[in-house]
Amino acid sequence: MSATTETAGARLVAAAAGFAAASRDAAADWDREGRVPDGVRRDLAATGLLAADLPPAYGGAGLTPAEVGEAAAHLGGVCSALRGLLTVQSMVAAALARWGTRGQRAHWLPALAEGTLTAGFAATEEGAGSALGEVETTVDETAGGAALTVTGRKKWITFGQDADVLLVLGRTGGKPAAVLVETDRPGVTREPVRGQLGMRAAGIAHLTLDAVRVPADHRIAPPGAGLSHVAATALDHGRFTVAWGCVGMAEACVADAAAHAATRVQGGVPLGGHQAVGALLARIAVDAAAARELAARAARFRAGGQGRGVTETIVAKYAAADAAARAGRDAVQILGAAGCASDSRVGRHYRDAKIMEIIEGAQQVSELHIAAHVMRRFGAGA
Amino acid sequence: MSHGSEPIADAAPGAGAEQITEEITGFLTDALRRPIGPDDDYFELGLVDSLFALELVTYVEQRFALTVEVEDLDLDSFRTAHRLTEFVRRKTGADAGRRTHVGDH
Repeated sequence: MSATTETAGARLVAAAAGFAAASRDAAADWDREGRVPDGVRRDLAATGLLAADLPPAYGGAGLTPAEVGEAAAHLGGVCSALRGLLTVQSMVAAALARWGTRGQRAHWLPALAEGTLTAGFAATEEGAGSALGEVETTVDETAGGAALTVTGRKKWITFGQDADVLLVLGRTGGKPAAVLVETDRPGVTREPVRGQLGMRAAGIAHLTLDAVRVPADHRIAPPGAGLSHVAATALDHGRFTVAWGCVGMAEACVADAAAHAATRVQGGVPLGGHQAVGALLARIAVDAAAARELAARAARFRAGGQGRGVTETIVAKYAAADAAARAGRDAVQILGAAGCASDSRVGRHYRDAKIMEIIEGAQQVSELHIAAHVMRRFGAGA
Repeated sequence: MSHGSEPIADAAPGAGAEQITEEITGFLTDALRRPIGPDDDYFELGLVDSLFALELVTYVEQRFALTVEVEDLDLDSFRTAHRLTEFVRRKTGADAGRRTHVGDH
């Protein structure tokens, strides 16, 4: 890694910290209004943070996994919607960088790196959540193979209200297929989702694709590889930034809970002086620290090269989502009524953290994979 | 672990098909926790989870010091140990001179 790249990495991590600090007070408003303002979205995209681990040849900054993680933690510690914007853009960029043809990479990646194009990942459907192999969206070859016609309905798409282009998971001739669909094409309609439990500012939308025609060169990888390779690469990257976002959230909850426990006096003593409150605080502090170390471990494995650290990333995401959810819950408990108020920061983190236990692999799906991995490692000698 | 993460230096181009197949069936047997023969189609048999395809790509890349490009994603090449052996020999033989890495170009 060159000195120039290291400098770019440090600069972008600092930019993420600065962006997070500037968003700290406004994030509650965005959550209440159900929207990150367009200008803020564009400003974040323009920092180059959204796909900063792309190689410089494609306009990225070549950030290391650890640097991407730190950036995601800064954003996630303040606003899960901002972290979600980074997550979806970098998921699509990772899938294209890995499985796009040379021409596709040259066409799409620089705009994703610059942030002049924002991407969404459209996989989930009514009947296909954890079981993405059951998507029903069709990607049919038309016009003698020169075009693809995409029809289906996608649900819960993060920043689906705003994305310029979607990486859509569907089927061609029954085989899983991935295809890029620009959202300004005829046949794309977006239905904003409001009032959901968490990630309220993340521009979530249900999307209908009604015979949307795209050129044949919009398909990423051959039919058959759309889920196992393309979507899997995107989801692996997504789990990594979600894990780090959860680290940021857990740490933010510990900080707010500790500040409150140290200064709020009840019964003549600070709250933290009550043993039971101290115990809550201690446990979430340890959970947050452990989550950070597991996320750092995943980053080290990923730094070893393409395709490495998939399981370590699942472990980190599992632990960090759990840490964030418990830190959110216990921080609300320690803050009491203040934690329940409409503008409560820990209350918002609590709601958002619950979503983190569901997205990019529900906790129970992660457990299955982790258990299988452990049995593989230790079961052979039995 | 019986299968190291370091590439086999002599896997290409002269390494015997038998040695490569043995390596691959060993990996598959460990990964899928049941004996896998050289012609068993583990995808067809439903033995793999959603992350296995990527894991297999990473294993082949690391173990045989090659890069699986999107042009190589004919999934039939990845279905059995024998077919993977043919793929590895193809990639590490004739193609070795113009091997490139994702993102390098």
